[in-house]
Amino acid sequence: MSSILVQVIVGGLLLGAVYALFSSGLTLIWGMMNIVNFAHGDFVMLGMYVAFVVWTVLGVGPFVGAPVAALVLATLGITVYFGLIRSVMKGPMLAQILGTFGLALLLRYSVFWGFGANFLTLPENLVGGTYDVFGIKLQASRLLAGIVALLVTLGLHLLLTRTSLGSKMLAVAEDATAAQLMGIRPDSMQAIAWAIAAGATGLAGALIATFFYVAPTVGETLGIVAFVTVSLGGFGSVPGALVAGLLIGVIESVSAYWIGAVYKDIVVYSLFLCFLWFRPQGLMGKM
Amino acid sequence: MKLNHVIGLLSAAAVSVALASAAAAQDKTVKIGAIFPLSGNAASAGVHGKAAIETAVEIINSGNPALGNLPVTKNAGLKGLGGAKVEVVFADNQGSPATGQNQALRLITEEKVVALTGAYQSGITLTASAIAEKYSIPFVNGESVAANLTERGFKWFFRTTPVAGDFARIYLDFLKEMKAGGQKVDNIALVHENTEYGTSVANVITGLFKENGLPVAQDIAYSANTTDVQSQVLQLKEKKPDVVIMISYTSDAILYAKTFQALDYKPPMMIADNAGFSDPSTLKAVGKQIQGIFNRSSFAIGAAGSPTFLINEIYKKKSGGDDLDDTAARQMQGFFVLVDAIDRAGSTDPAKIQAALKATDLKPDQLIMGYKGVKFDDKGQNVLAAGLVIQLQDGENYVPVWPKQLAKTAPVFPYKGW
Repeated sequence: MSSILVQVIVGGLLLGAVYALFSSGLTLIWGMMNIVNFAHGDFVMLGMYVAFVVWTVLGVGPFVGAPVAALVLATLGITVYFGLIRSVMKGPMLAQILGTFGLALLLRYSVFWGFGANFLTLPENLVGGTYDVFGIKLQASRLLAGIVALLVTLGLHLLLTRTSLGSKMLAVAEDATAAQLMGIRPDSMQAIAWAIAAGATGLAGALIATFFYVAPTVGETLGIVAFVTVSLGGFGSVPGALVAGLLIGVIESVSAYWIGAVYKDIVVYSLFLCFLWFRPQGLMGKM
Repeated sequence: MKLNHVIGLLSAAAVSVALASAAAAQDKTVKIGAIFPLSGNAASAGVHGKAAIETAVEIINSGNPALGNLPVTKNAGLKGLGGAKVEVVFADNQGSPATGQNQALRLITEEKVVALTGAYQSGITLTASAIAEKYSIPFVNGESVAANLTERGFKWFFRTTPVAGDFARIYLDFLKEMKAGGQKVDNIALVHENTEYGTSVANVITGLFKENGLPVAQDIAYSANTTDVQSQVLQLKEKKPDVVIMISYTSDAILYAKTFQALDYKPPMMIADNAGFSDPSTLKAVGKQIQGIFNRSSFAIGAAGSPTFLINEIYKKKSGGDDLDDTAARQMQGFFVLVDAIDRAGSTDPAKIQAALKATDLKPDQLIMGYKGVKFDDKGQNVLAAGLVIQLQDGENYVPVWPKQLAKTAPVFPYKGW
């Protein structure tokens, strides 16, 4: 295998880890309450702007910016849950879709208004430069995002399967009325789920901002990838999103390299549709 | 519109044109209409265009002998019309083709202008110039680049700006000269986004280069809203082209700049086709990572004391401090060409102005733009439209480096990157 092909695959894996990182919040919300959050991409965008503001005001990188972004977005998640989601959940499916879609536009155009349409970037070497491992280039910022993606996935998985909070959350997801009879408050559990999901998304945004551009419309570009990752991994499955993210990243990179960049989406989406034909619940989703 | 309205408008137009000619000779003013987007989405471009025209009017009416061979600037007013002054009536197209068309009609029939200029957006230039054609009034455009504007068989429409084919010619001539100077340019890669802009420019470049013995060896198309460009950069890294030509919008330009550095990729020469790599926000974000990249432009402010420098000083007073940019300068150039034709016609009779426009033959030293001249073909397109090559040497501001007579400094090789 040529060293360039190894570089392509390594690049694909790092890209895939990033896809997984910003998809975990989306899959968690779905798993908890069967709601598709169309504002998800714009949550990522907000996380990026928080990182940018932290760097501009305090002059520090993602080691401060990412936790701050997680906190800010977690707060926003709770606010969105009580202000919007709780009401639209009682309405028809269409109200949920349009509700979060409206939220997406509100967030996007608020940022347009506040920051303008210009493209911003964080300084290149905020997270160290590029490592050279046997001729293979590893960008420190992408490596950091990849490691955090693994930790977030592991953390969320353990939270849901090994803690009493996780059991309560899953109980609410299974049957809210029954859980309520057992003394669990569905409202609190769902609010916590929104806080965790939005917080993880903010964290992802802050890390992605270290190697991507920051712009009000960036959520549109990233949002679509998140939906594909989550449906391939299985709606509601956090480990599924990780595996799916890595898979999509590598397929995209290799097909762009071998066949051509304009064809990579055709390859990814036709494989995706073929896969769903045989396994509509995704890699690790439940029927 | 009822028939008698049409007849009324037409006769009013005929009478007004006749009156305008007579009046101009007496009052010694030449009325020209200028249509720009002064409100709406493109208002910023329109406001700068208006400032450019106002600058030209001030220079023409008061005279400015310091501006070298630039026509109609030596003495106050138009010599050919006994020192007549130029008056411009501005109209707002509001970003709408229908409004632009109505404004053209109003300028011709009510304001009785003898010629028109504008209208910035190609789609509005299209409708406004159709009215001018109908009323047989010359329309000179300096800035709209859509190819079809000069493919309509119009007799009264003239365009001075270069279009995609001209840009390809600029790159070709530049590369040939660099090759003669010992720079390797045999292996060329084209990286372009895949919508109308990137595809059409790439096709034109590929075709022209092939005809001239500089075939494009690698063609990488990609989608501008992509999340990742690592594979494309690795394809370049593998083929090792001597020259990489980038045709990109802003978001992808930024991703490429960042990925070039992350994967340590530096071709010997990199050229960008305006758009994304010219966007001030790209330069602010990643300018320091693409030092040494070449780009195209048709205008440069020039050295202190040069005609374009002096014009920019006047322009800044009208624009609120902004420097003359490529687009506003192209608008100003179109206007100068129109006024020069009126001056040579020695008359405000539209037919005589049209004849003078057809006979236009301006040399490079008579222009503010880096064109090889102004000379119209049968379709009304300036066949000598050209541009200059600029280079981002310090990572902050592009400087003109080619052709020599317009260069501020010599081109620097190899591409520096970060």
